[in-house]
Amino acid sequence: MTDQSSAVIGKPVSRVDGRAKVTGAATYAGEFRPDRLAHAAVVTSSIPAGRIRALFADAAEASPGVVLVATHHNAPRLPYNSMAQRPQVDPQAGDQLRVLQGPEIQFNGQPIAVVVAETLEQATHAAALVRVEYDPTPAVTRFEEAAKSPRKPGAGKPTDLARGDADAALAAAPVSVDATYDQPMEHHNAIEPHVTIAAWDGDRLTLWDKTQWVGNDRAEIAHVFGIPEENIRVVSPFVGGAFGSALRTWPHVTLAAMAAKMAGRPVKLELTRRQLFSAIGFRPRTVQRVALGAEADGRLTAVIHEAVGHTSQYEDYAETTVEPTAMLYSCRNLRTAYRLAPMNINSPCPMRAPGVITGVLALEMAMDELAEAAGIDPLELRLRNYAERDENKDLPWSSKGLRDCYRTAAERFGWSGRSAAPGSMRDGRELVGWGMATAVYPTHRAAASASVVIRDDGTAVVRSAASDMGPGTYTAMTQVAAEALDLPVERVRFELGDTDLPKAPVHGGSITMASVGSAVQAACVAARARMRALSNAVDPVRGADYAGILRRHGLPQVDVEADAAPGIEQKRFSMYAFGAIFAEVRVDPNLGTVRVPRLVGAYGSGRIINPKTARSQCVGGMVLGLGMALSEQSEWDDRFGKVMNANLAEYLVPVNADVPHLDVTFVDEHDPHVNPLGVKGLAEIAAVGVTPAIANAVHHATGIRFRSLPITPDKVLAGLAKR
Amino acid sequence: MHPFAYTAAQTPQDVTTRGSHPPHPDILAGGTDLLQLLKERVRTPAELIDINGLDLGGIVEKNGCLRVGALVRMSELAEDPRVKRDWPVVSKALLESASAQVRNMATIAGNLLQRTRCPYFRDVTTPCNRRDPGTGCSALDGLNRIHAILGTSDRCIAAHPSDLAVALVALDARVSILGPDGEDEVAVENLHRLPGDTPHMETVLQPGDLITAIHIPASGCASRSHYVKVRDRATFEWALVSAAVGLDMDGGTIRDARVAVGGVGTKPWRLRAVESLLIGKAPGPQVFKAAADRAADGAQPRGDNAYKVELLKHTVTRALMELGGCA
Ligand SMILES: Cc1cc2nc3c(=O)[nH]c(=O)nc-3n(C[C@H](O)[C@H](O)[C@H](O)COP(=O)(O)OP(=O)(O)OC[C@H]3O[C@@H](n4cnc5c(N)ncnc54)[C@H](O)[C@@H]3O)c2cc1C
Ligand code: SF4
Repeated sequence: MTDQSSAVIGKPVSRVDGRAKVTGAATYAGEFRPDRLAHAAVVTSSIPAGRIRALFADAAEASPGVVLVATHHNAPRLPYNSMAQRPQVDPQAGDQLRVLQGPEIQFNGQPIAVVVAETLEQATHAAALVRVEYDPTPAVTRFEEAAKSPRKPGAGKPTDLARGDADAALAAAPVSVDATYDQPMEHHNAIEPHVTIAAWDGDRLTLWDKTQWVGNDRAEIAHVFGIPEENIRVVSPFVGGAFGSALRTWPHVTLAAMAAKMAGRPVKLELTRRQLFSAIGFRPRTVQRVALGAEADGRLTAVIHEAVGHTSQYEDYAETTVEPTAMLYSCRNLRTAYRLAPMNINSPCPMRAPGVITGVLALEMAMDELAEAAGIDPLELRLRNYAERDENKDLPWSSKGLRDCYRTAAERFGWSGRSAAPGSMRDGRELVGWGMATAVYPTHRAAASASVVIRDDGTAVVRSAASDMGPGTYTAMTQVAAEALDLPVERVRFELGDTDLPKAPVHGGSITMASVGSAVQAACVAARARMRALSNAVDPVRGADYAGILRRHGLPQVDVEADAAPGIEQKRFSMYAFGAIFAEVRVDPNLGTVRVPRLVGAYGSGRIINPKTARSQCVGGMVLGLGMALSEQSEWDDRFGKVMNANLAEYLVPVNADVPHLDVTFVDEHDPHVNPLGVKGLAEIAAVGVTPAIANAVHHATGIRFRSLPITPDKVLAGLAKR
Repeated sequence: MHPFAYTAAQTPQDVTTRGSHPPHPDILAGGTDLLQLLKERVRTPAELIDINGLDLGGIVEKNGCLRVGALVRMSELAEDPRVKRDWPVVSKALLESASAQVRNMATIAGNLLQRTRCPYFRDVTTPCNRRDPGTGCSALDGLNRIHAILGTSDRCIAAHPSDLAVALVALDARVSILGPDGEDEVAVENLHRLPGDTPHMETVLQPGDLITAIHIPASGCASRSHYVKVRDRATFEWALVSAAVGLDMDGGTIRDARVAVGGVGTKPWRLRAVESLLIGKAPGPQVFKAAADRAADGAQPRGDNAYKVELLKHTVTRALMELGGCA
């Protein structure tokens, strides 16, 4: 679609599934009700390392309503076949956690038994009756200790990038900064808990599962159980938020299928809020050193970025934390390293903008420190180091609207009114601070398929096994299809979340619009061409004519399927979305509180399919970044090896009162290379850059660098007291 | 959840009679705290007795005192025009508590009796003297950023979480207790115990005791009162530190003063020493600051909560300054 003027694309269409969601008509995975459904409760370990010496299930088995108790004693030995190619959503080295296959304990909160009962209450009660004795072994539960002897990730993308001689350049630089930043462990905390319903029919399995990727769920479970993929159907029409937590197929999915097999009836397994802090993944704690050297005019001469993140004992979960540093600014001398600190903890996993949000926050906080050291305005410093091409991949950009983003956001924010000296912008007793940061996120795309059915009533159904965890996949795909088919959105229905549908890639990495959108468009263009062929028309056929054409041919419907895949353009261009974030903070110097009255973000993210859902994405991303800056952290107790604030009352995501004014603008960006739709995705870029913009603003307000997140009142007061 | 029998009390005596005999049912009011404790198995009562059907509502003003039924919801008390006018600190403390949804459900008696937010207390896999006497206190050398610095012992340093209780303690409020042997009244200040060697004994209530009402006397300090609460996020979080203050003015001098603080004590904490430094003085930043400087006397910080010492002084100062029109 080179012609970007359009009837439906780019319009603020309201969510097509909005009504179903607010009325409760939308059926989430945990709400399906196969006959004879039994309920499962998971028993978890209470030590971080060792072996189960004895497990007594008799009291649980005798408890009312209990169908069975699955433990490592009676659970079937599963083959856990390895996959020909590991899905990108899994760690690339190590072995996934095998559930109920033996007595070994690798982390606190590890599933060690499953109780199946007639009701959930009976199951949870009986789960508490399972008594376990352990032989504990020494555990690595202190990050600082694990980080002392970190190791390279066993596989995956290279994380050690280098050009020039960064260390020598740093030593010779007229201006330099060198600091360490600490970002705590975070949990996704989607409102919908993870839940799986498993139902066997002979050797065929249906899974209703909370997942961002039905296709991979099917493949993984097929390998775990050693059954053909065709025997499994995964259904997941709605996802109540996931943020990356439902990319992988977690052990509880296996547990649900195993329990259903053992029970000979469908089983529903839903994790409790507390279990969501150990049974699925999290954003790893990451400690990063960033050293920057520059000429007196601020032009970078050296960039060093070293990061250590934690992972489990059984898998190497590695992030692309240091990768953006290699491309974001122009610099001849660069060195990056990423290392892992294995601990007795469950494996981390991607959380919105994985790695990138972490690496960029350190780099952007360091850039702010450099701006101060060089006596240059932070925005000007970024402009002086603007990268005209990707110096990491040595490729031109497919498009880069970052200059526009800087200009637009700075104007909307009023950045030119900033007084440079920290602490110079008081308002009464409050210290006011203005800060900014750059945002970036790679634009990826994967192969996808979609099908279209045009019916003789003039409606169309478009299908792809994609997912919609909240961004508005249903709506945006409906718009793309309606546009290509020349139908009003009301006449098009999009279906997703079912392995019976044409294949779609993972709903993560901001690729859904680019990947599935391209397939939907291709299928719809092909369907429209088919209609034209049927009508023998010379001119493009109109959507309003479909019904007549089909009836004339006595056809109830036509079916078309199409595939779309990235091509050579991926090798010729470097593709990224960019953004600029500006933040104002107000610090109460006596009480230590930091509040953010406004955030302004401008994004260059290619074509915007739906400005309404796009804005929602950005607003959500800003709120995530705000939480990371000021309140979110999973509070880890070294002694027990567990998260102690494992509930939504004490894991502090921002509330409405924390989020007063969010200003979102999309700069015009026409990218002919990224994909046929010209979209770059918004899910992750929107979360990046917010945290450092706020942290930099806090420095501007107080004159103090808070390099350990989140910036809570206790830290602010300690910092101010030292001043 | 542990299986339990459920009884809906028909009369207050149902509660006192059943309550004073095994299995000593837990009283269910709004359930906003009790349900959390049941789900986490911190409480495993064999029986729940639901008091929501009892006639324990109503806010009545009589002889310069406000009588608030135990089942009055937090939102109802917070929005009452008389409370807003003559006991503003009560309204403010409530409105800064929890969320609108929780306040619509939660009762004022339940609020006073909510259990600590200490994360170890709420995780049954970790040692906790308050939950399981004799097992040890995980917070002493653990994550204790939210814990108390006043009234602690080497057995427990848990902070009392209620905001309302802080306001009530400042205003000399009392609670009516109906027990198996009749009715009694206790100052809110004496309702909770210090942890000492027995942190599991949280209040002076005995099995079978039912709080029927609270009484909040009117006073010059009550009508001129204020609440300041400090927390990480802007709302929907318990206090890191809070202060309830009241000033009764006699022309240019402070005739009477009330100062109570939250988030820092193992029970709602009245600061009489600070009050006495205010009484008889002319209000002003110097006087407020000098008085507030004594707020943390005797504080015993323990690791992550050391910041509360200074924050406490600042919070009391701020509350006084805002109330005294100096901020
Ligand atoms: C997310 C969240 C945030 C919160 N934030 C705050 C906050 O910022 N500040 C704050 O102060 N509170 C806060 N709360 C706590 C809330 O105010 C209390 O949970 C609530 O007030 C308890 O009242 P309830 O009626 O629901 O009590 P229940 O949960 O029913 O009972 C609590 C306890 O009181 C006992 N009880 C109740 N009524 C009586 C009675 N009449 N006589 C004897 N015993 C009785 C019960 O047996 C139980 O032990 C928060 C709660 C939640 C869930
Ligand atoms: S502070 Fe009190 S409640 Fe917390 S762990 Fe220690 S004994 Fe238990």
